[in-house]
Amino acid sequence: MRERPIRVLIAKPGLDGHDRGAKIMARALRDAGMEVIYTGLRQTPEQIVETGIQEDVDVIGMSILSGAHTHLFPKVMQLLKDKEAGDILVIGGGIIPDEDIPALKKAGIAAIFTPGTLTETVIDFIKDRVPR
Amino acid sequence: MYDERLVDEIRERKGEWEEGTLKKVLARFPERKEDFKTLSELPVGRVYTPVDTSELDYHGDLGMPGEYPYTRGIQPTMYRGRLWTMRQYAGFGTAEESNKRYKYLLEQGQTGLSVAFDLPTQIGFDSDHALAEGEVGKVGVAIDSLADMEILFAGIPLDKVSTSMTINAPAAILLAMYIAVAEKQGVNPEKLKGTIQNDILKEYAARGTYIFPPQPSMRLITDTFAYCAAHLPNWNTISISGYHIREAGCTAVQEVAFTLADGIAYVEAAIEAGLDVDNFAPRLSFFFNSQMDLLEEVAKFRAARRLWARIMKERFGAQNPRSLKLRFHTQTAGCALTAQQPDNNVVRVTLQALAAVLGGTQSLHTNSRDEALALPSEDSVRIALRTQQIIAHESGVTNTIDPLAGSYFVESLTDEIETKAREYIEKIDALGGAVKAIEQGFIQREIQESAYQYQKSVEAGDRVVVGVNKFQLKEESLPKGLLKVDPAVGEYQKEKIAHLKENRDGEAVAAALKGLKETAQSGENLLPPIIEAARAYATIGEICDVLRGVFGEYETSVIF
Repeated sequence: MRERPIRVLIAKPGLDGHDRGAKIMARALRDAGMEVIYTGLRQTPEQIVETGIQEDVDVIGMSILSGAHTHLFPKVMQLLKDKEAGDILVIGGGIIPDEDIPALKKAGIAAIFTPGTLTETVIDFIKDRVPR
Repeated sequence: MYDERLVDEIRERKGEWEEGTLKKVLARFPERKEDFKTLSELPVGRVYTPVDTSELDYHGDLGMPGEYPYTRGIQPTMYRGRLWTMRQYAGFGTAEESNKRYKYLLEQGQTGLSVAFDLPTQIGFDSDHALAEGEVGKVGVAIDSLADMEILFAGIPLDKVSTSMTINAPAAILLAMYIAVAEKQGVNPEKLKGTIQNDILKEYAARGTYIFPPQPSMRLITDTFAYCAAHLPNWNTISISGYHIREAGCTAVQEVAFTLADGIAYVEAAIEAGLDVDNFAPRLSFFFNSQMDLLEEVAKFRAARRLWARIMKERFGAQNPRSLKLRFHTQTAGCALTAQQPDNNVVRVTLQALAAVLGGTQSLHTNSRDEALALPSEDSVRIALRTQQIIAHESGVTNTIDPLAGSYFVESLTDEIETKAREYIEKIDALGGAVKAIEQGFIQREIQESAYQYQKSVEAGDRVVVGVNKFQLKEESLPKGLLKVDPAVGEYQKEKIAHLKENRDGEAVAAALKGLKETAQSGENLLPPIIEAARAYATIGEICDVLRGVFGEYETSVIF
């Protein structure tokens, strides 16, 4: 039985500054009763994983709009495994071509949400997947 | 704008109409909604009449084209004389690939270049920097040194084209490289035409590619103003940008207010640095978004033009008419593009481009239909350019100047946007100006609030986005031929840097960087030593590292 609210880290890996989506998601998740930490821009995979572990989050949500997802998302997954934090649910969003999604899922990303996704879809997904 | 008696008559007539004809119909057929609003949540009335524009003073508020307050346009002939510059923002992968795309666009009838740089370049990292991993050549072309810049413009005569460069924190460095390429082509800098974005304030507020703290960043900008006034008379030294602020989710009023507030901050900084307003203000340019609400956007462009002219005249006492003219580039709204049924985006872009033209833009970028999915393919870019050409040559809207002037609704909305933007600017003034307002997070919070409210209204179904929350397809067929950047670009750039460092004159680089450091510490104009460093083939990373050492780096606070 879970006593604390779901904790989520919203992260912007890479160098792009487009954080409208990340911030809207951060706020929507908070409004849905979750505890949300937003990293701010230009986070390295190492920083994201470290923050995620330190903050003891259930979920990491990453957003990239620059096209660097093929490189950075799998790197985060690898680091999580190395740190034995593979139980954290990881989701991604941004400008991500459909053809890239299978490889990202194979790397362990639970879901990729592309433009037009409703915040409610993401909220439901997290609630469904985080054990309570 | 009308005879008082006539206005009274119309007001009375409207009352009768509401009580009679209208009431009967409303009783049987209620309207679709209780409240009608613009995209930016400004209330929209059922019908506008001369009553709504009765306060307008034709000479004071509208005037003639090419004359103060420039509401009707900054040139006396507008598109009857010359069409806007069709300028598609492009650049990806290596300098070689981008050079090919530029030549293709010029062959297709594009009239100016617009360079997109990759994120490492925009943030002052070389392609071999650890943080550049995965980002090289992704959202624009990778430029590490003059060697790349020479390839980028190979075979493109810099005295013939005008080039806009979307570069901010390291704008002075890319300008220096452009000057150095021109020198090699035998082109005198005086002949160079183009723009650097060079607008750091909106980077802090919305776009995110900042490097240095505000004070030294403002110095780099005013140094560029001063240098260009003396050496590059045809260069637009800054493109004060509302585009990205709007993309981040603000309203039309906020776009005008925050952009012009940033403009005020630059003018004040330049005056403080000892420049004469009429010396640099004629080379200031602006950059706006064009969103989906056509009439609101037209009103926005007109309001921005009038408000800036008034600010420059009343607040800064500018005398030169060119200091008063708000010249602007427009890009259609990237955030309005949908990943769902992407061909529909061609229609969206057409409406947005039409708004920009009806609003009197000086240059225009039309987005490609596939940009919610990936970088645009060549086919999509061509359709986007053709959209502009159809508006220019077939639609007829270019035959007369400011054709929507006098529309009761558009004039009333123009007025309302100007008034509300002015109120915002007063608020920002009270906080100590745009730099302070950004440091305190005021502007960021205002943008985020608007963005969140908009998202909520889409999710509640109050706003229809075709294909997203209404009229969806069960099965989407994926567009073919999306552009992929070759992942080998990163490795290729790394090799190029290694090769460059082996083959350039290392002593000349060291001397140039030392000179740059001394100037950064002394407070003299930074452009001459930056140009020296560029000529010596110092890399962007090396130049920025020197400046980081002296200036420090910007630390942002996280607000959401």
